[in-house]
Amino acid sequence: MSVILIMLPAALILAGLGVWAFIMAAKKGQFDDLDTPAIRAVFDDDDVPVSHTKGKADAQNPSGRAADDTAHTERV
Amino acid sequence: MPEALPASTLDAMRGADTKSNEAVLCDHCSLPVPKGLVNPSEEHQFCCGGCESVYKVLHGAGLDGYYGIRDAVSKEKQPAASSHQSYEELDDPAFQQACVTNLPGGQCETELLLEGMHCAACVWLIERLPRVCPGVVESRANIRTRSAVVRYAPDQVPLSRVAQALDKLGYAAHPARGAGAREARRREDRRFLIRVAVAGAIAGNVMLLAVALYTEALSDIEPFWRNTLRYYSMGLGLLSLLWPGRVFFTGAIAALRTRTAHLDIPVALALAVGGIWGSYNALSGHGEIYFDSLSVLVFLLLVGRWVQHRQQRGAADQVELMLTLTPTSAERLLEDGTTKRVPIEAIEVGHLVRVEAGGSIPVDGHIENGTTQVDNALLTGESRPIARGEGDEVIAGATNIGSPIVVRVSAVGDSTRAAKLMALVASATADKAPIVQFADRVAAKFVVVVIVLAIINFTLWSLRADLRTGIEFATALLIVTCPCALGLSTPMAMSIALGRAAKQGILIKSAAAIEAMSNPRSTNGVMILDKTGTLTQGQTRVVEVACDVQLLQCAAAIESHSNHPLARAIVKAVGDASISPASNITQTPGGGIVGEVDDRRVMVGSPAFIAQHQPISPETQQSIDTMLSSGLTPVVIADDSGTMGVVGIGDPLREDTIDAINALKARGWQLHLCSGDHPEIAMQIAQQVGIDHAMGGASPERKAELVRTLREQGHRRIVMVGDGINDAAAMALSDVGIAVHGGAEAALQAADVYLTSPGVMPIETLCDLGRHTMKTIRIGLGVSLTYNTVAATLAVAGLISALIAAVIMPLSSLSVVALATRPWKHRGVR
Repeated sequence: MSVILIMLPAALILAGLGVWAFIMAAKKGQFDDLDTPAIRAVFDDDDVPVSHTKGKADAQNPSGRAADDTAHTERV
Repeated sequence: MPEALPASTLDAMRGADTKSNEAVLCDHCSLPVPKGLVNPSEEHQFCCGGCESVYKVLHGAGLDGYYGIRDAVSKEKQPAASSHQSYEELDDPAFQQACVTNLPGGQCETELLLEGMHCAACVWLIERLPRVCPGVVESRANIRTRSAVVRYAPDQVPLSRVAQALDKLGYAAHPARGAGAREARRREDRRFLIRVAVAGAIAGNVMLLAVALYTEALSDIEPFWRNTLRYYSMGLGLLSLLWPGRVFFTGAIAALRTRTAHLDIPVALALAVGGIWGSYNALSGHGEIYFDSLSVLVFLLLVGRWVQHRQQRGAADQVELMLTLTPTSAERLLEDGTTKRVPIEAIEVGHLVRVEAGGSIPVDGHIENGTTQVDNALLTGESRPIARGEGDEVIAGATNIGSPIVVRVSAVGDSTRAAKLMALVASATADKAPIVQFADRVAAKFVVVVIVLAIINFTLWSLRADLRTGIEFATALLIVTCPCALGLSTPMAMSIALGRAAKQGILIKSAAAIEAMSNPRSTNGVMILDKTGTLTQGQTRVVEVACDVQLLQCAAAIESHSNHPLARAIVKAVGDASISPASNITQTPGGGIVGEVDDRRVMVGSPAFIAQHQPISPETQQSIDTMLSSGLTPVVIADDSGTMGVVGIGDPLREDTIDAINALKARGWQLHLCSGDHPEIAMQIAQQVGIDHAMGGASPERKAELVRTLREQGHRRIVMVGDGINDAAAMALSDVGIAVHGGAEAALQAADVYLTSPGVMPIETLCDLGRHTMKTIRIGLGVSLTYNTVAATLAVAGLISALIAAVIMPLSSLSVVALATRPWKHRGVR
């Protein structure tokens, strides 16, 4: 049982180290942006294939843009 | 014989040319290319110059990969929104001083807010800025705040060129002003997160120790080891209370000082009593120590608050981006006749400033050169543009919709009319009493009940057993009834509601607004609606047509030579495609215009102007009278042969306004219309949409006064809906200020809620969401109170053990969190 006397402080020191590392990371701003890194990870390499398919896009909703336009010009 | 032509025919005329060009799609944004721009000899087709230049930049830098990513991640299609500004003002030393950080090694760093960034492909592209713009070292995008931190070498590339490069990629850049405030907010966010993390780590470790202590209840443990574990629990528990848990104590003390109800009070009470008595027990070696429950309590409450905080911050960040869209620079005309773009701070009284047509006027002043029309709608609520000539006064915040003008500056910064209105907003904000939220109101009653129960419990048990047992059971009661579930479920439900609202295009800066919108009936709620730009479209348009098409086209041909707002409305109604050339144009200011189209002499103008040349036919006179009575401005068109027609021009209602008004009324809102426009027009519109109370010609001060009067009349919820600077003070003073789409900067700052889609229909959605959320919170409260009652009964009966308390607490928290995610489906009131 006496091993507890060593294990308890040791465990707490380890936990403390973890917390300290987290605080340092937070203070350096590592957790400021939790959304973009998830996106960035998807295409980290620059060799993304060129696949701009022409004309694949929406023919069904030409009016969508017209609506946008009026929204923008409303209070220019 | 003029025949009435329904407005739908006009739409059909305009729509005809958009339908036939679905085949050709823009190579950049994949939207249809207008017929006139299709160039069969070119390999690539573009819908606009913006898209073309972006495509060329991307292609030239070998960044065609953008299209692959974009097609994979985003279905949204937007044409490139380059503004083609010069961004000269970014190189101004005053600006550099304020917004640019100098890094060791001669590099500079600044943050730019980017319009139009919306998907993963945008992030990819923005982060490849160094390949487009040599001299840029690094560019880090942030999709949440729609911004990028750019590091560049100032000796190789000026900041203006960096901003131009981003602009060329289709992301108009705006400097992130108020860097100090942003940094402070960022630090606050970090501290918040650190508190959550520390509380979590401590809670986990105390729970591990607690497992050992609870199993001790089943099998014997030597007192030495038991006490060791208890000392460690105490140490960690106190650390949790004093470090991350300190916020509850400071919150409770602040609430007590201002004598307001707050959820922090019962929480702090439970934490304090549990902590003190637990420490005493730990040191004396007898009784329960509670630290496991307390540290988990701290952790869970902080998690709930953090989630809500994050959601609110997200909405605030997006509103801030909207704020930066207003110009912060002006085009100064120098003595040598050249112009230079400078930051607004560098403009002084007496300078000359050029304002482009369509631009926002940055200063108060008098027109030195040029005549134009000025749209004051955002400042005063007047829906009709005003003609302004040399020597006339113009005010900052108005829009120049006619032709370019040169303005001699008479006031800048704090002394402009707009800034004085902002001062009014600031004082109104200070006057505003905060809404005591439901959870806090409940907490106020809760704390009284719990204290009474604890005292009864303590007295009973001290008399029946001994003092120690009395304290023991009273403490157990305080901890077990601590409104953890309430403190957790309210922020959870609120942040889920904020997220849902954001998906519907409603950005909410303060969660209290959700509650305030939920129950107009029981609070005698009243909603004040602005007219121009809120109920109406805020633009002059042809609303009624009593004229044959050919004549109307002739009128448009002639009017295309004028930049009078009424003339523009006619041209817009007909559409550019069907305009034929006109000649021999003569304009009579304030009257009308005469010209020749296809050898036909046509006159267009006010009824009085036309009457000078030829008599007005009885039918036309009748149409004129109907239009005048419905608040429209009639414009008469006549030709030599005596054919005559009339069009009614006004600021039409938005399509969904009447539905939205009916829905709001059905929810129990009492509606008031309060407009800065002419009383006649205000009455007219109020009648059309069915609002009983209407007030016209209202100044900003008058609007704020209305809010105060209504409050004195016993309305406990006042919502102000508007879009202009003239509404801002009233918004700040009311319980909830709602800025509608396209509103002015001041309105955005004063508002609690910002609607990103036009019209007032989203307000109805917000009411429904509020009702749903409050129901969720009440159910959560019911459930947690049931748990608390059971636990309190057990505690009073002396049946509670720390183990039962430790099981009940997380169980109640889990169930209320699960409840908070209750699905919401928007149901209208009809």
